[in-house]
Amino acid sequence: MFENIRLSLQGILSHKIRSFLTMLGIIIGIAAIIAIVSIIEGTKETIKKNLIGAGNNTVQIRLMQGDYPIQFNYTPVPDTVRVISKEYKERIKNIPEVKRCSLYRMREYTENFFYRNKMLEGIALLGIDEDYLEAEGYEVSKGAGFSEKQYKDFSKVALIEESVARSVFDGEEPIGKILDIAGEPFTVIGVVAKRSGFEPVINTVDEYYTFNSANQGGKVFIPTEDWSICFQYDEPQHCIIQATDTDSMTTAGKKAADILNENIRSVSAPQQEENEEGAEEASMDLSLTKVEYKSESLLEQAKAMQDLSQSTNQMLIWIASISLLVGGIGVMNIMLVSVTERTREIGLKKALGARRRRILAQFLTEASVLTSIGGLIGVLSGIGLAHVVANIAEVPVAISTSAIVISVVFSMGVGIVFGLIPSIKAANLNPIDALRYE
Amino acid sequence: MVFDLNGIFKDYMQGKDAVPVLKDITMSVDEGEYVAIMGPSGSGKSTLMNIIGCLDKQTKGVFVFDGTDIMHCTDKQLSEIRNEKIGFVFQNFNLLPRQSALENVELPLLYAGVSKKQRRERAAEALKRVGLEDRMDFKPTQLSGGQKQRVAIARAIVNKPRLLLADEPTGALDTKSGDQVMELFRELNEEGVTIVMITHEPDIAKCAKRIMYIRDGQLYTGAFNTRTGSTQPPAPAPQAANPQSENAAQQNTVQEENA
Repeated sequence: MFENIRLSLQGILSHKIRSFLTMLGIIIGIAAIIAIVSIIEGTKETIKKNLIGAGNNTVQIRLMQGDYPIQFNYTPVPDTVRVISKEYKERIKNIPEVKRCSLYRMREYTENFFYRNKMLEGIALLGIDEDYLEAEGYEVSKGAGFSEKQYKDFSKVALIEESVARSVFDGEEPIGKILDIAGEPFTVIGVVAKRSGFEPVINTVDEYYTFNSANQGGKVFIPTEDWSICFQYDEPQHCIIQATDTDSMTTAGKKAADILNENIRSVSAPQQEENEEGAEEASMDLSLTKVEYKSESLLEQAKAMQDLSQSTNQMLIWIASISLLVGGIGVMNIMLVSVTERTREIGLKKALGARRRRILAQFLTEASVLTSIGGLIGVLSGIGLAHVVANIAEVPVAISTSAIVISVVFSMGVGIVFGLIPSIKAANLNPIDALRYE
Repeated sequence: MVFDLNGIFKDYMQGKDAVPVLKDITMSVDEGEYVAIMGPSGSGKSTLMNIIGCLDKQTKGVFVFDGTDIMHCTDKQLSEIRNEKIGFVFQNFNLLPRQSALENVELPLLYAGVSKKQRRERAAEALKRVGLEDRMDFKPTQLSGGQKQRVAIARAIVNKPRLLLADEPTGALDTKSGDQVMELFRELNEEGVTIVMITHEPDIAKCAKRIMYIRDGQLYTGAFNTRTGSTQPPAPAPQAANPQSENAAQQNTVQEENA
């Protein structure tokens, strides 16, 4: 084997130009694939870093009606959905992948929300429990957070995001100011901000919307118990969990959503027995607007975003593969020439007792050594190409080891596949004819 | 006995017709013999050599090489016999051009699965035997014709074969180199190597201890009469003592054939 490789290298080196031209197809194909993959990976890494890699690993599990988060100010609370009790929260906390869990209530478009006479538009109102700020990675930058007492005591206190402090109070000192929420006065006691490391890096418009779709205007937080003061009843909560690590986000989210969905009463079954007419209506209604908890992890969003660009890149890879195919045919062609050229050598080797298998192995090795070298050169030029493209297009590059390994193995495979026919031809040569060949 | 040919026929298919090339060849060669097979081109001597060299199989007849019936051998067994029991010397040397003399000589040992160290040793020994110990690392292109043929001979004897089969070993050499090769063959034969040599040159053939003639696919032992085209009564193998007349006759034949 080693001997064969050495002989192949010798043969390749003795026909430098021919070998190089033969490899060219493979080189171009592999270089293109490596460059494309590196750029895809680079983009993917950036997106991942921007979206989730900030260390937060939070997964939103929202109460969804169909494909949209339920909005209680427009939709009455379905009577199947109950408020999540403390026991459920405990169960979620006990999921191994979950580090932290918080239940919160949210209204994204709050009417009768005033500061003095100014109506506050586009500001989301959240009723939060004691785990929320930690789970979402907020820290108090000014004033104080809610005390344990304030969480339980129906204290009319509020925390605001820095963006709210800027837009609403316009440079004034926000702490101590009174916000009017649904007719109730809430005192601002603190300003919160996402911990510096948690602020996402935003490079593209797409990414901007991913982060800011829900709450461009910022958020105002009140203790979750106060919700009943403002809105007269306890609304069912949304949930946010913090996974132990990035990779378990999806699993953690799904598990938590399953637990929360147990909390939704299945109405259709018992009603059917009691009142058949009513049941029909109810199930119709339910099927149209099924309300359930769905985990919505940023990881999945990131994936969805990648899918679009990836499908185009997939096309590019297919095109590059055609180059590999053409390269492979070139290898086959040159190997056939090589077999013909070396007919006498093959005849001699057979006369000296070389078995068919040995001849086959020799030519297969030669073909795959040729394409492997092509693959290696292709990988190197692909990495170079990726950096050039990255510099021009200002996108990051991530060289993936697996892509390199796969490329080299694949090009070796191309050599074996396309070297097969010439090698079989060589192995089956009749030694007499081969020796006599001029 | 090294090999025994008994009633060997060989036909080649030309289109639908079978063209007979060898007709009822019967001969055997014993250990230590030095046999020349002479014949004009087209006489079937190459075909005969291919059969003796286990490169081809006869159409009819029995060929036993070193106790093995070749007709019933598989491709793999034939490879092994060629590798272990036969050393080939070709007219145009057939050395691998990119390998050194030593590597060329190692080749049969490589196929026999001999370890690298032993290959080196035995190949070096064989090269020394043919007087090329100072040319081991030379490439064939750096060697003269005579030296190349001696490398080829070293390759043929490196695995101590039962038979050294030479096909026109001096055909591509000048007289002086040819004589050197013949001298080497004589020495090897004296050392006990069995040699079968195929040639059309009477001067070369006379170096052998026994000469056989082949013409139109038929084998004639000893003297050979072109006029009648019949076999002489079984005569003792013509020794070097009386080669001149035979060679003259043979030469006439060649000329007639070529004319």
